[in-house]
Amino acid sequence: MALEASEPVAGWVDQMTRIRDQQDQAAFVELFQHFAPRVKGFLMRSGLEAALAEECVQEAMATVWHKAHLFDPSRASVATWVFTIARNKKIDALRRQRRPEPEELTWGPESEPDQADVLVLQEETQHLGAALATLPAKQRELIEKAYFGDLTHSEIAEQTGLPLGTIKSRIRLALERLRHSMKQK
Amino acid sequence: MTTMIKHHLTPDLMMAYSTGTLSEAFNLIVATHLSICDTCRAEVESYDALGGSVLETQDKVTLSDGCLARVFGLIDAGPAPEPAPIRDAVLPAPLTDYVGGTLDDVKWRPVGLGVKQAILPTSRDASARLLYIPAGAAMPDHGHRGMELTLVLKGAFEDEGGRFARGDIEIATEDTDHMPIADISEDCICLAVTNAPLRFKGLLPRLAQPFLKI
Ligand SMILES: [Zn+2]
Ligand SMILES: [Zn+2]
Repeated sequence: MALEASEPVAGWVDQMTRIRDQQDQAAFVELFQHFAPRVKGFLMRSGLEAALAEECVQEAMATVWHKAHLFDPSRASVATWVFTIARNKKIDALRRQRRPEPEELTWGPESEPDQADVLVLQEETQHLGAALATLPAKQRELIEKAYFGDLTHSEIAEQTGLPLGTIKSRIRLALERLRHSMKQK
Repeated sequence: MTTMIKHHLTPDLMMAYSTGTLSEAFNLIVATHLSICDTCRAEVESYDALGGSVLETQDKVTLSDGCLARVFGLIDAGPAPEPAPIRDAVLPAPLTDYVGGTLDDVKWRPVGLGVKQAILPTSRDASARLLYIPAGAAMPDHGHRGMELTLVLKGAFEDEGGRFARGDIEIATEDTDHMPIADISEDCICLAVTNAPLRFKGLLPRLAQPFLKI
């Protein structure tokens, strides 16, 4: 199942905002209980043994707290953001390599992403999750394999014919607004 | 600023960057292109979104008893110190990070005919280098034994694949032979990444090859 009945519609953005603005530990515990066991499962399926996977989970969840101010809900869901942090810890643990990241784009101190943009992006991400959950098991496994390091984009496209980069137009729009707000600072 | 870019990354490279299966040198050139190309950045973030959905569908695996407490311990200890990002008009942040400074701090080594290079420190499964090609100069005619990505940071060059200016990335494979020539109007600076030695046509570059680590 992609979504649980108990999951808030805002998809954890509210908890992230409370962590960022009020260092809210209760909000963090909610987030931890949802994501940490899944991140551990994800890392173990990527080839990390249990103890190392749990070490990565701990570092990843601490990074979620420390970098809360960099989370941009008009460009990513909380699940997406946790995924990117966990992936970087995985590269660090498995390959002992640094992970170069693109230059950060952040909203200035006064400006914040538009609430309407945030809602639409979060909704589209939820649709993406729901679509993934309803795929035939074989197709879903192929996509998962890419994230566990076993398949490339062309191999998946060849075997499933699925369009994979589905929400890029939405993210593109968010990036344009962000660049625009950075220029005005 | 990003609308002028004509040559982009492939879906394979972008998805591999998102899933974390590229070697360090390739991650570096992808991160550098994404820093100046919002088209590809949006596509990579879209693959990240798919990764987030894959994460959501994972079965929960039980954590050890003290896991949450240890996370709060790490939180209290504070984040690992990160140096402030260095800004440079030519080198995007991922590169100033690897150079450890701005364009002025790059330690260039001559490789002949006025061309200079600086090899960047990455893991050995692929190599990354900055290239400085004087205006109007040509790189020796060569083929490839693997994949070579060339990202223009300043100036422009032209070869069999077209014209490449700031932000454009050229993707060369085993089937590509080319002789990039820098525009006559301006010196050209590129980031080049490859996972296999090049195949030079001329005798002189072939003799020099082992010394230049190309
Ligand atoms: Zn691009
Ligand atoms: Zn080449």
